[in-house]
Amino acid sequence: MLGSDAILRSLEAEGVEVAFGIPGGAILPTYDAFARGSTVRHVLARHEQGAGHMAEGYARASGRVGVAIATSGPGATNLVTPIADAWMDSTPLVCITGQVRSTLIGTDAFQETDATGITLPIVKHSWLVQNVEELPHVIKAAFHVARTGRPGPVLVDIAKDVQETEFDFHYPDEVKLPGWRPPRNVHALQVAEAAKAIAGAQKPILYVGGGAINANACAELLELAEAGGIPVVTTLMAKGAFPDSHPLALGAPGMHGSKWANWALNKADLVIAVGSRFDDRVTGKLTAFAPGAKVIHFDIDPAEIGKLRRADIPVVGPLRPALEQLAEELRRLVDPGHMGPAAWRRQVDEWRAAYPLRYDREGDVLKPQAVIETLRDLTAGRDDVIWTTGVGQHQMWAMQYLVCDQPRTFITSGGLGTMGYGVPAAIGAKAARPDATVICVDGDGCFQMTCQELATSALEGLPITVVIINNGWLGMVRQWQEMFYDSRFSETHLTHQVPDYAQLAEAYGCAGFTLSSEDELESVLEEALNCGRTAVVDARCDPEEKCFPMIPAGAAATDVIEFTDLEESVEA
Amino acid sequence: MHTVSLLVENRPGALARVSNLFARRGYNIESLAVGPTERPEVSRITLRVDCSRDALEQLEKQMHKLVNVLRVSTLEAGEAVERELALVKVNAPPSRRAELMALGEVFRARVADLGPDSIVFEIVGHPEEVSSFEELVRPHGVKELARTGRIGLGRASAGRVARTQHVLS
Repeated sequence: MLGSDAILRSLEAEGVEVAFGIPGGAILPTYDAFARGSTVRHVLARHEQGAGHMAEGYARASGRVGVAIATSGPGATNLVTPIADAWMDSTPLVCITGQVRSTLIGTDAFQETDATGITLPIVKHSWLVQNVEELPHVIKAAFHVARTGRPGPVLVDIAKDVQETEFDFHYPDEVKLPGWRPPRNVHALQVAEAAKAIAGAQKPILYVGGGAINANACAELLELAEAGGIPVVTTLMAKGAFPDSHPLALGAPGMHGSKWANWALNKADLVIAVGSRFDDRVTGKLTAFAPGAKVIHFDIDPAEIGKLRRADIPVVGPLRPALEQLAEELRRLVDPGHMGPAAWRRQVDEWRAAYPLRYDREGDVLKPQAVIETLRDLTAGRDDVIWTTGVGQHQMWAMQYLVCDQPRTFITSGGLGTMGYGVPAAIGAKAARPDATVICVDGDGCFQMTCQELATSALEGLPITVVIINNGWLGMVRQWQEMFYDSRFSETHLTHQVPDYAQLAEAYGCAGFTLSSEDELESVLEEALNCGRTAVVDARCDPEEKCFPMIPAGAAATDVIEFTDLEESVEA
Repeated sequence: MHTVSLLVENRPGALARVSNLFARRGYNIESLAVGPTERPEVSRITLRVDCSRDALEQLEKQMHKLVNVLRVSTLEAGEAVERELALVKVNAPPSRRAELMALGEVFRARVADLGPDSIVFEIVGHPEEVSSFEELVRPHGVKELARTGRIGLGRASAGRVARTQHVLS
């Protein structure tokens, strides 16, 4: 069998259904193998970055490993951003790149780049394959490493001549990786310690991160929260890990989290971190974060324990059995009918009532929050909706106002903050769940970074709805310039003049809509959602709207600037 | 300063992956030695780094996660045998030769090569001994110097600190 065919047989053996990619010189033999037939569906992207984000969206929506394929040189470098994104957000990804012939490696050959070198700091592992006999073992190992332990991206760089070489193909049953030993078990004593601490806490809080979704531990999380009557904050990456509409759900903490979630997290006496990593966007000033709290830290990655905040009770290992055991242990410790920390829950609910999310919806200008609230209301109660976003103000509003009751229904770029993530991630999510309605809430800046993938969406039968919160600016940067740079709006004005997004959509064979007032909001969004093909809605919003609440960079998480604070200071 | 000893798979890129963890955090590797072990497929990396305890702990955990890394340990002073080899080319006009050779003898440094106006000494010992020798010959004019970087192993008599200290001091 040829190396190229062996690559596809290996992907098939791993159960890969879809791969996203673009052919080119050094990966041509493998695309020739696609022409000979494969059960792997290939989705042709328009830019390798798009292919990478599609693979990420696929992985996040399905819980499986995403696969992206590109050629050497620029193909590989265009994958760098999705790889970095997957690294930061622990998304399992196998990237396969062609490499120049082994005889040319290291000679600055045409389209040669050191792909394993360039990606070294942002992959779990990578392989340069120069011997065809190694190929099946490497692909087997690549999938194993990507999905086990803390998930993440791997790269397999395959020389062109390897793809063209005949050999006896046999896909191995086992991986031989003596140095790869992610934690498999949870320390029962540590879990017992944790249960004791929770039972004794007056003001406990669950601080849940994306790891809970990666670990498929959301049912166990719900069990635990209900067993202890513990309020839950879910980070941006964890939206949907715990039902947003559950009475114990406090939503997101952090820079643009609600005041009640931040206060609850920071005034707690016990922080139970579950697959979360004390990111600066969540903690604010680290030394002022949850100053009175003991910390229990559950994580599959030992390197996250104590990295930023010392853990009083570290529990390393897979979250699912850990949370299951913890809930069990907790039930043993408390009396049946025990209501948990009721006074604490009342306190949190008082904060929630006193400091709700607010914006001024009066006036003629369309408010971005109103667009997102309308989208939420139009899809309320449905369990077949997946949201993706770009990065910026619209992303934070989506986090604040959308309601996600299921895991894997809110797909966003958290750690890396990759503008342009939304559209391709939505296409990937649609490939993973063809029956779902996939809606990308995007910004106008973000949209323009990857909008060429509308072609992929239209031609591959992967329809999505893109709602552009179009304020004509790089809105989040503008907000910082207004608040922290004396309103010097340096190079952030994108304008409402070009492009005409509706026309752009039509040019790509999609349906285009424009709206600029509340009157037409519901009808246009409904029409776009029901048009049966890829739709782009250009929602022309208030260019000056800012996202609140906000914790300024470097401030303590309890020093939240609210919508009202600002109005008062303006009046004063 | 900490000494870290790693067992890694003997493969291309293994060293780069390890050293990158230090470089990306802005730590300089002060000394580095890589070589074979009793198993042909396994290499040992011994490195020295100047960082805080907390930083070291984070680095160790990150190294442990690398697919090519089989084992990570820190060598604590007093609980490990540490050695280094140095080659020192010293100015040695005939008038100074005898004095230098006597100095070498004190440190059990071997004369590896002898030229008309210089000597190449070879010295093996605890890195601090090697440094002392270097300091002592420096006034004579060191033309060139090469050190292997320190290597180390946990003591054969691990746990019996008092005895080993006696044996080696």
